[in-house]
Amino acid sequence: MTATETHGAIDAVWRIESPRIIAGVMRVVRDVGLAEELAQDALVAALEQWPESGVPRNPGAWLMTIAKRKAIDLVRRKENYQRKLAELGHDLETTGEGVEDEVDAALDGDIEDDLLRLVFTACHPVLSTEARVALTLRLLGGLKTDEIARAFLVPEATIAQRIVRAKRTLAKAEVPYEVPAGPELAERLSSVLEVIYLVFNEGYSATAGDDWMRPALCDEALRLGRVLAGLMPKEPEVHGLVALMEIQASRAAARTAPDGTPVLLLDQDRSRWDRLLIRRGLVALETAGELGDAPGPYLLQAAIAACHARARTADYTDWFRIAELYGVLVQITSSPVVELNRAVAVSMAAGPAAGLELVDGLRDEPALQGYHLLPSVRGDLLAKLGRYDEARDEFDLAASLTRNERERSMLLERSAAAARGDVR
Amino acid sequence: MRAMIINKADESTEAGIPPSQKVLVGVGNLVDEMAKAGVLLVGEGVQPSSKGARVKVIDGRRTVTDGPFAETKELIGGIMLVQVRSIDEAIEWAARLAEILESEVEVRPVVELSDFDDVLPPEEIARQQQTHDRLGGT
Repeated sequence: MTATETHGAIDAVWRIESPRIIAGVMRVVRDVGLAEELAQDALVAALEQWPESGVPRNPGAWLMTIAKRKAIDLVRRKENYQRKLAELGHDLETTGEGVEDEVDAALDGDIEDDLLRLVFTACHPVLSTEARVALTLRLLGGLKTDEIARAFLVPEATIAQRIVRAKRTLAKAEVPYEVPAGPELAERLSSVLEVIYLVFNEGYSATAGDDWMRPALCDEALRLGRVLAGLMPKEPEVHGLVALMEIQASRAAARTAPDGTPVLLLDQDRSRWDRLLIRRGLVALETAGELGDAPGPYLLQAAIAACHARARTADYTDWFRIAELYGVLVQITSSPVVELNRAVAVSMAAGPAAGLELVDGLRDEPALQGYHLLPSVRGDLLAKLGRYDEARDEFDLAASLTRNERERSMLLERSAAAARGDVR
Repeated sequence: MRAMIINKADESTEAGIPPSQKVLVGVGNLVDEMAKAGVLLVGEGVQPSSKGARVKVIDGRRTVTDGPFAETKELIGGIMLVQVRSIDEAIEWAARLAEILESEVEVRPVVELSDFDDVLPPEEIARQQQTHDRLGGT
C-alpha cells in the first residue's frame, strides 16, 4: 500500500469508526470535547503508524485501544491531582476500584448503547437547533468542520465556533450521558428526528451548481436515520422518518429539469424515480406501521409519500387515501399548512368545490397571513370552477407575496391565463 | 456514491458446498454491521454456475449455454451494493469481507449517468436514464 492509499484507508476507517470510539470514550470521561480529542489522538497515532505497519486487522478495535489508553492516562492524572489536593487537606472521593478496571468495564460495555447516548447528547435540548445539527454531523457523521460549513454555506469559523460553544454548553449544563426514559423519551426522540430531517431537507433544497457537499447531506441524513433505526428498532417514528427520507430521496433525479428548473411532484417523470429507494422506503413504512398503534407525524408523511410512490402515473394517485392521511396529520400537528395540503388532496379526490370550502375556512388563519400558497391554491381551485376574475386576483396576490422569482413569474402567467379564461 | 462489492466463486462454491459455519457467522455479522451503519443497500449471493446459463445473440440467433462454466475464478459468488462517502470507505468494507471469506473481493463504483456527461448529449442521457429505471435499475 502506498502512503496515499493508507491515508485513504485511515480516512475511511475514521469515518466508519469515529462515532463509536467517541461514544465509548465519552462514557469514561463524560465530556464530549474531551472524548473527541482522545479519539482524535488515536487517529493521529494511526496516521503515524499505519503507513509503516499497514492497516491493522481490526482497525476499529486498534483505534479504540489507543483511545482507551489515552483515557486511562487522563483519568490517572486527574486522580493524582485529586490525591495531591487531598493531601493538602481537601476531600477525596475514592472510587474503590482501579482506574484501569473501571475504564475496561466502561469500554467493554455495549457500544451500541453508548452510540445512542451520544445521539441524545448531541441533540440535547439545552443546545440550539443549529448547534445540534453541527454537533450531530461532526460526532455521528464524522464530518469535518469545513465539510459542514460548505454544506450549510457558512464560513468554517462559524461552524467551528458553534461546535466549541455547544460542547461548552453541554459541559456546563452537566448533561447526563444517558438515553432518556419514560415520558421524556418521546420529546427527546422527536428532537433527534427533527435534527436528522433538517439535515435531509437542507440537502434536498440544494440547487444545481451548489457545492457537492450540499446534496451529500441527504445521503448523510439517510445514513444517520438508518443507523438510528438499527439502534432503536422498536420506535415506529424512527422507521417512519427513514421511510419518508428514502421515498423523498428516490425522486432526486426527477426533481429538476435538465436546465435546472424544479419539476413539481405531479409533473415528474416517474420512470426516473429510484425504485431501490422506494422499495426500501415502503419496507421501512411497513415496519413502522407494524410497531405502533397511533401513527406519528413522520409515519403519516411517509404514508402520503408512499401513495405517490405507488402510483404508476400521477393519474393513478389515491387522493382519497392522501386526504384521509392529511386529516389524521392535521389532528396531530394542528398545522394550518397541513390543513391547506389536505384541502388540495380533497380537491383532487372530491372536486375543486370541496377543496375550496376547506381553503375558505383557512382565510382568517393568522399563521397563513402573507403565505403565498394560500391564495395560490385558492386561485387554482377558483379557476377550475370557472370563477376566473376571482382566480386572477388570487394569483396576483400570491405573486406579490412570494420571494421566489421563478414562482412569481409562474403565478403571473396563471393570472394572465385566468384573465383570458384559461384554466392554466 | 454507490459501489458494488463483488466476491468471487471458487471450487467449493461451484461444487455447491456450503461455506463453513465460521464464514457464515462472520458474513452474517458483517452484513448486520453494514446495515446498522446505514451503508448496505442490497446484498445477495448467487447459486453455483451449474444452475445458471449464458445467453448470446449473434445475427439474431439466440444461443443459450447452460452452466457450469469452466473459468471458476472469473465467476461471481455474490454482490453487495453499498452507499458510501468514498471509494476508500467501500474498500474498507470490502477488506472486512475479504478477510472473512479469505479470498479476493472486488470493489467497483457504480456508474452514475453524470459520468457520461462529456460523451453523450443531455437528451440521450435522459433517455438512457429512463430505460435504465424502467428496468428496475437503481
